[in-house]
Amino acid sequence: MNIPGDLKYTKNDEWLQIEGNTGTIGITDYAQDQLSDIVFVEVLVAEGDEVRQGDSCATVESVKAAADVYMPVSGKIIAVNEALADTPEKVNSDPYGEAWMVKLQMGNPDEVAGLMDADAYEKYCAEREH
Amino acid sequence: MFIPHTEADRAAMLEKIGVQDIQELFEAVPEKFRFPELQLEQAATEMEIMQELDEIASANFSVRDLICFLGAGAYNHYIPSVVDSIIRRGEFYTAYTPYQPEISQGTLQAIFEYQSLITALTGMDVSNASHYDGATAVAEAVNMAYAQFRGKRNKMVLSPGLHPHYRQTVHTYVQGTPVYVVGDRPEELNNGPDGLNKYLDADTALVVVQYPDFLGRVYDFTDLANQVHHAGALLAVAVNPIALGLLKPPGEFGADIVTGEGQPLGIPLSYGGPYLGIFATRQQYVRKMAGRLVGETIDNRGQRAYVLTLTAREQHIRREKATSNICTNQGLIALAATVYMSILGKHGLREVAELCYHKAHYAAKKIAEIPGFSLGSEAPFFHEFGVRCPLPVSEINEHLLEYGILGGYDLGQDYPQLKDHMLLAFTEMNSQEDIDLLVDSLSEMVTEASHA
Amino acid sequence: MPEPQLCDISVPGRRGMRYPAVDVPKSELPAGLVREELPLPEISEVDVVRHFTRLSQLNYAIDLGMYPLGSCTMKYNPKVNEDAARLSGFALIHPLQPVDTVQGALALMYELQEMLKEIGGFPAVSLQPAAGAHGELTGVLIIRAYHRDRGDTQRKKILIPDSAHGTNPATSAMAGMEVVQLPSDARGNIDLEALRSHCDERLAGLMLTNPNTLGLFEENILEITEMVHAAGGLVYGDGANMNALLGIARPGDLGIDVLHYNLHKTFSTPHGGGGPGSGPVGVSELLADFLPAPVVTIVEEGDEEIPPLYGYSTPAKSIGRVKAFYGHFGMFVRAYTYIRMYGPDGLRKVSEHAVLNANYLRVLLKDTYRVPYDRVCMHEFVAEGRWADAPDIHALDVAKRLMDFDFHPPTNYFPLIVPEALMIEPTETESKETLDAFAAAMLRIAEEARNNPDILHSAPHQTPVGRLDEVKAAKELVLCCGVSAPAI
Repeated sequence: MNIPGDLKYTKNDEWLQIEGNTGTIGITDYAQDQLSDIVFVEVLVAEGDEVRQGDSCATVESVKAAADVYMPVSGKIIAVNEALADTPEKVNSDPYGEAWMVKLQMGNPDEVAGLMDADAYEKYCAEREH
Repeated sequence: MFIPHTEADRAAMLEKIGVQDIQELFEAVPEKFRFPELQLEQAATEMEIMQELDEIASANFSVRDLICFLGAGAYNHYIPSVVDSIIRRGEFYTAYTPYQPEISQGTLQAIFEYQSLITALTGMDVSNASHYDGATAVAEAVNMAYAQFRGKRNKMVLSPGLHPHYRQTVHTYVQGTPVYVVGDRPEELNNGPDGLNKYLDADTALVVVQYPDFLGRVYDFTDLANQVHHAGALLAVAVNPIALGLLKPPGEFGADIVTGEGQPLGIPLSYGGPYLGIFATRQQYVRKMAGRLVGETIDNRGQRAYVLTLTAREQHIRREKATSNICTNQGLIALAATVYMSILGKHGLREVAELCYHKAHYAAKKIAEIPGFSLGSEAPFFHEFGVRCPLPVSEINEHLLEYGILGGYDLGQDYPQLKDHMLLAFTEMNSQEDIDLLVDSLSEMVTEASHA
Repeated sequence: MPEPQLCDISVPGRRGMRYPAVDVPKSELPAGLVREELPLPEISEVDVVRHFTRLSQLNYAIDLGMYPLGSCTMKYNPKVNEDAARLSGFALIHPLQPVDTVQGALALMYELQEMLKEIGGFPAVSLQPAAGAHGELTGVLIIRAYHRDRGDTQRKKILIPDSAHGTNPATSAMAGMEVVQLPSDARGNIDLEALRSHCDERLAGLMLTNPNTLGLFEENILEITEMVHAAGGLVYGDGANMNALLGIARPGDLGIDVLHYNLHKTFSTPHGGGGPGSGPVGVSELLADFLPAPVVTIVEEGDEEIPPLYGYSTPAKSIGRVKAFYGHFGMFVRAYTYIRMYGPDGLRKVSEHAVLNANYLRVLLKDTYRVPYDRVCMHEFVAEGRWADAPDIHALDVAKRLMDFDFHPPTNYFPLIVPEALMIEPTETESKETLDAFAAAMLRIAEEARNNPDILHSAPHQTPVGRLDEVKAAKELVLCCGVSAPAI
């Protein structure tokens, strides 16, 4: 399983990439594997929206399951990945790259401290395998 | 009867399980309440029960015994023999929901064809596999509109011309939600589609109208659709599918949702159910639509095949986040409607619609000529219309019953201003002779009343 | 060869049905409102009949074999039910006829209400809900209305065990309630400590399926209902599994306040390929005033010679109407027929044999398929479709392979708390020979799982179609055929 070392993770299997004050959000390799073939992605927020940590920002559906994607941190949405609507399979093939879902200007840097790093997330995934 | 076990079977099975007696299998049930003596009548054989049921059934006057001019949401149409002969096939009616597509292609393809015929009839892009009935289909439209705007628009506008049961059902469904209902004021019944414009604003999620409406009236909703869309809301049109054999489909008006009571499509009156809730919408809302949906695909041998699709929207996966809790569709009833639409086809459905239309208009003309009677509205109508009567509706109906006629619906129950107004419906089942008998009976009453 | 679609067999000019000519003077059609095109198919009667008959032959059905779907109660649907519902005095009556012209229909509905009250142990019943989930919505709205009537508007919390059917949380959400999930304990019962911790002044109710979806009778049922009642809450009973309880225990006696019956499971009305169902609701005395309107009542008592006069009434604090008219009357006739044919002793035999069959199968299979909560079950049990020495085999593969042996697969991947779940409910109408044959097929599949896993992975082999490309179906969304040019 692919768990890049430079990202932060949530218990709901979102990842957060931090570049300066900008955060990029998607779902992890573990999450896409659990969902299996993704057939639909709907981003529920728009550019300019103020969002809080824990708000629902996207829905991901496979044939047999559905998952909500929540904001790992608060802030203001500065971009959404419109292309995903037409290419939901990218969530399976490139969860950390082309399948990013939203970008935001982070509002509360303290929230990052509550997220997992790659090691912690790897342990968290391993626990759930049993 | 329907339990095949012999004494020897039971003994062998209990031994295998390792208990002496069947009763031992129920020890988890609190002893105090175990094995209650049910106070029910003793068992009847098939012969006996059929005799009993014959007697009960014969205490009812059916539309075979009476000439039926009663409609108001359920209509007496001819059902071609083919319909029942197909739905009585055990392969259809004793099958489960087609969750295992490899052994359910019959049901799946039939639903797919139902969806196809409903979209063709309504002029919409997609249809689901059906809801319970015309009332709950409207309630699901409200649900869908609420889900579409995610709580940002909570006002639902119901036309006062929408079937009273449908309006009542919506009120029941929304009582635990932030949704509120406006517009369904009986006194605004004659305001027409324009009368709903005043309810449109930034909080309006949905406007629901009926076509033909509860009083049989037919309006062009093109302007209303434009106004509703201008306000950013959705328009739902509840239809009678037989009327769509003749009338412009709501898809052409710009409807976003079409619901309907599918009973006229080959479903027996059966004292109110089971009926068929039609639900169709535009492609862009397909994921917000509740209910089962069948899609075409291929199997691992490369053959065309069908499967329930977009199931991730439904309650068994999304649980408390689903748009609706609905699981069933009206499978067998949808099949009946599919067979009905197939056997009537393009020409038959138009013929039935025209028969209904012409008979109703003939009757309207004749009834309006009877002194004391007049039509309740000047709006165009399809096969049903309100009549202002010189006597209370219940009195008229009692009188008609003596002539073997099932009279109309008393509109005063739902619209106080329509006291002494009767709603009469006409279908291909009513011959000119039947209609003339109705007219003569009504005339006779007036004559009798004026002599009394 | 796949069966063609209706649009493929449509030929311009062909007809299936003719109607008499218009026998009245024609009127002008409404200007501007007449449709230009009616894009329906044109097919002869014989082609319509063959099309649908061939489609029927692609289905599995109870009339063809055993259908051990857990929590679905796929019992035999008696043929006499179908004749009964089609008597013209039932099938051809209009729902809005004056009540004095439909006294037979009202009598039947009244009697069915009485029967369901007696079987479930409830003082009042409404027949109106159209299906199980619809009955649930009715029940939760009744619970909500009861609390509000007492001024307890803060009671919004509905507790739902982790083994529950997905409709329970969906229904609660639809009724504006908050859903809290309860864990199960090691014996498959509700975890009492978890329950206790939620019994507070915000508790609206508990939704309980008993027997639960593991097929286990809730051993602490009386403590549970007492605990919820003591906290001011109500207990909702999901009647999906009533086939285990006829004449065995009455939910009302156990402290259930409101329960929906599934006439299409317990009382033999056909499933119809996915409906129509019928989900009457029974309630305790406290809740009788909240039932949906209308309910059938006796307006004037009868005597030896004159039958009573039946009519409708609206309960004082009714939640309103949940659908048009009175419910799925055609299903009432079937269920009435079924209950009358069994009588009180027969109904108890139904549940006894349903439970006997389930336990017999459990014992035949449990050494090969792990049964995680292995105690005497009620009318169904849950096994795991997985083995350590067949790591690539899943419950789905077992299910698909069963089709090759002419059995419908069990419910799979439910309940969610059992990995690779296979939920098996044989019902009372299957004979010992059929159960033996089913068990033999299951045991053979378990052997194949180790020795010939490919035959499972590629199963089914003997069915009209093989495994489907569900991803393609969901992505391409072809939802109707081109009877006409695609709608705009």
